[in-house]
Amino acid sequence: MEHLDIIESQTIYILREAFNKIDKLAILWSLGKDSNALLWMVRKAFFGHVPFPVVHIDTGKKFPEMYKFRERYTNDWQLDLKVGTCPPVEEMDPTLPPAARSAARKTAGLKAMIDREGFAGLLVGIRRDEEGTRAKERVFSPRGEQNTWNFRDQPPEFWDQFKTDFGPGTHLRVHPILHWTEIDIWRYSKREHIPIVDLYFSHNGRRYRSLGDQDITFPVASAAATIDEVIDELQHTKVAERSGRAMDHESEDAFERLRADGYM
Amino acid sequence: MSIPPVAPQCGQQAKPLQPHASLKIVIVGHVDHGKSSLIGRLFHDTGSLPEGKLEAIRAMSERRGMPFEWAFLMDALQAERDQGITIDVSHIHFRTPVREYVLIDAPGHREFLKNMVTGAAQADAAVLVVDAREGMQEQTKRHSYLLHLLGIRQVIVAINKMDLVSLAQNRFQKLSKDVRHYLSELGLDLQHTQIIPVSARDGDNIVTRSIRMDWYEGPTLAESLDGIQQPVSVLEMPLRFPVQDVYKFDERRIVAGRIETGQIRLGDTLMFSPSNKTARVASIEAWNARIQPVAARAGQSIGITLDEQLFIERGEVASLVANPPTLSNVFRGRLFWLGHAPLKVGNRYKMKLCTAEYTVEVQAIERIIDVNDLGMRESQEVERNAVAEVVLRARGLIALDPFDYNMLTGRFVLVENYDIVGGGLISMEGYADQRPTGIKSSNIFMVEHRVPESDRWRMNGHRGGILWMTGLSGAGKSTLAFSLEHYLFQRGYQVSVLDGDNVRHGLCSDLGFSPEDRVENIRRVGHAAVLFARAGLLVITAFISPYRADRDRVRMLAPGLFHEIFIEADLETCEQRDPKGLYAKARRGEIDEFTGVSAPYEPPKLAELQVDTMAHSIEECLAKLTDYVSRTFVVTK
Repeated sequence: MEHLDIIESQTIYILREAFNKIDKLAILWSLGKDSNALLWMVRKAFFGHVPFPVVHIDTGKKFPEMYKFRERYTNDWQLDLKVGTCPPVEEMDPTLPPAARSAARKTAGLKAMIDREGFAGLLVGIRRDEEGTRAKERVFSPRGEQNTWNFRDQPPEFWDQFKTDFGPGTHLRVHPILHWTEIDIWRYSKREHIPIVDLYFSHNGRRYRSLGDQDITFPVASAAATIDEVIDELQHTKVAERSGRAMDHESEDAFERLRADGYM
Repeated sequence: MSIPPVAPQCGQQAKPLQPHASLKIVIVGHVDHGKSSLIGRLFHDTGSLPEGKLEAIRAMSERRGMPFEWAFLMDALQAERDQGITIDVSHIHFRTPVREYVLIDAPGHREFLKNMVTGAAQADAAVLVVDAREGMQEQTKRHSYLLHLLGIRQVIVAINKMDLVSLAQNRFQKLSKDVRHYLSELGLDLQHTQIIPVSARDGDNIVTRSIRMDWYEGPTLAESLDGIQQPVSVLEMPLRFPVQDVYKFDERRIVAGRIETGQIRLGDTLMFSPSNKTARVASIEAWNARIQPVAARAGQSIGITLDEQLFIERGEVASLVANPPTLSNVFRGRLFWLGHAPLKVGNRYKMKLCTAEYTVEVQAIERIIDVNDLGMRESQEVERNAVAEVVLRARGLIALDPFDYNMLTGRFVLVENYDIVGGGLISMEGYADQRPTGIKSSNIFMVEHRVPESDRWRMNGHRGGILWMTGLSGAGKSTLAFSLEHYLFQRGYQVSVLDGDNVRHGLCSDLGFSPEDRVENIRRVGHAAVLFARAGLLVITAFISPYRADRDRVRMLAPGLFHEIFIEADLETCEQRDPKGLYAKARRGEIDEFTGVSAPYEPPKLAELQVDTMAHSIEECLAKLTDYVSRTFVVTK
């Protein structure tokens, strides 16, 4: 089997485990390239169906292109879309640096959505190679009452046996593309013709490598205007994927604090 | 301390890259035996070190008033990734000209076993580092034992710090012997185990061949890593398809799961265990596929529909009828225990084996294995981080395989409350398969012959057996089969040819060329050939027999009698020969499912004999065959 087929098959296996084992399951859709690819594989795993709600936590600050994208594919793919709103930044922990504080709104919006809908598990499209704390994640990652992540004592996970038993009140984050890399996602998107928000491609010498809120995400210098050019650029770049995400760089532990508190 | 200013080229003889295939490796060994230096050297000498890291390590070393210290490499690599939190399991990429590697770093402080298990269980291979001065130490043994227990069979041993033992060959030989002794005691197949003398500090035999140790002629570490084969093809193994779920999103009832080993083809009759129900594969479902698949193979997550509405649940294991998993309610497990509470006789746990779940009770704790010295002792309970051999018993029958037979369906985890508390490997030593025998009519009994095989052989002057020729249409099977028959008959052999075309006029006249009919054709021919061979005859068969699994099934019917002979000629050559004009017809679309044109051919992986009809004349090929026959079928007194 080819590399992309191997990692795709693994993702489908994880998706089916999650669907079988978790009663109230939902998938988080950020409209970014990773969650689009994940959603695509959900449709593969379940033979054209998306058999659970698709949650978009809307900070209200996304790019207009992203809202258009959301509208179009919710319709085309017949998604059961649930949009969650976020509280104002003033209600967030004031000790967090500004961008992280802004990003924390998303965590709050997500928690409110989980409480309201009673989701027992969420499929989230994070990857191990994105960032250090994500590198340590488990595929099935249990969260405490407040959705908190105890990264110091994680369950063992081997032989594709995941933690699928959990007590009442435990919430589960499932990470089906944890083993993918950024370039895998692009190669797969190309192979499968997965739609991608145009902001990822170069306009006037700049493109977004990672998409977040308008006020805390910045484009990188790039001439890559097509998917092939993006793949080519990634083969040579030494710049980190999340370099355009302000909250990653404010202080050493800002992102870790966000994640321990339940950020994606 | 010599650090080359630029990374040496290790790619002079660069082979073509596999498309993004990567190999996961884990590096283990006793503390201070030089794991970090080895990793550093490997990164540096393969040119995988990111810009500026060498300087960073140098600066870190100087700040601490130390000579250049590779141990800071991991810190330097992780500085911007790990923001000071406890390291769990990380993955770091590097590459040689041959392929990409993922180095799994599972540091062993507290929680060592849990981390090692989580990290190393995903590895395809391991490098065991041994200090040339100290030899095998406690952790060397502990780590190799755990690798073994996790099913990692590909181990490369690096005898490090050879510079500190004067690069002495006799020291290396002594240590190699020790290592081999220990590993073979663990049951490791040492055929594929490379032991390499290295000096990570100076770079000898890591990527660059050591001039100072010219007495060593084996591969360097990098060459050895590049030489690792992906594990024995799981395609060749008997089909195991654990049912993960059954979906009814629309009118289809789709049985979903991942094929662990073997392959499934349209029309295959599947047997589900432990329920023992059978049904045929009516379709292999795929979303957004241009063409509907006719086959699926190990590793693929698929969905199928069946020709009968069976009540199948998650946890059943589908196999082919001829080769199902073992059924038993009791088995042995060699397990490592991660539970905070000890495992005790009489305790019940949830057992997860692939997608199945059973409740099992601990019937006996046979022995505790001291991983430090491999000593055994008896105990009434198994403590956290210990390894033990236990007997587990369930209420009903469990579909399982011994780990030695199929590692993917021969291992399990135990769950207590909500947590995975242990993992284990299955052994059926001393226990029988409880599967009811699978013959459809219960009034058929195997009759024992009164004439022993050896008497028949003595009478004929040669052994009986099957020369199973396989190859594309036009490769020369029939030509060679009939020539060989003639030659052998002249010399007094009891020999007969079963030819594809002839059989299809009689025994198999009701069959076409669909995948399922081809399977049935070969099944019948196989059984007929076995009957002939048992009667003492030398049977030559000449069938395309395109599917490896079908040929293997015949081999299983008569192990020892079956000789696979690959009559080799490429498609182009066969198409040019086209003795029966069939390729031309197939190309015109007048023949459906013609092997090589519109149906697959799977060449043998381990044929007893390979006869290349492109490079050799008929006479040369015949000579090769007769030589094989006279060597192989001789009767020994």
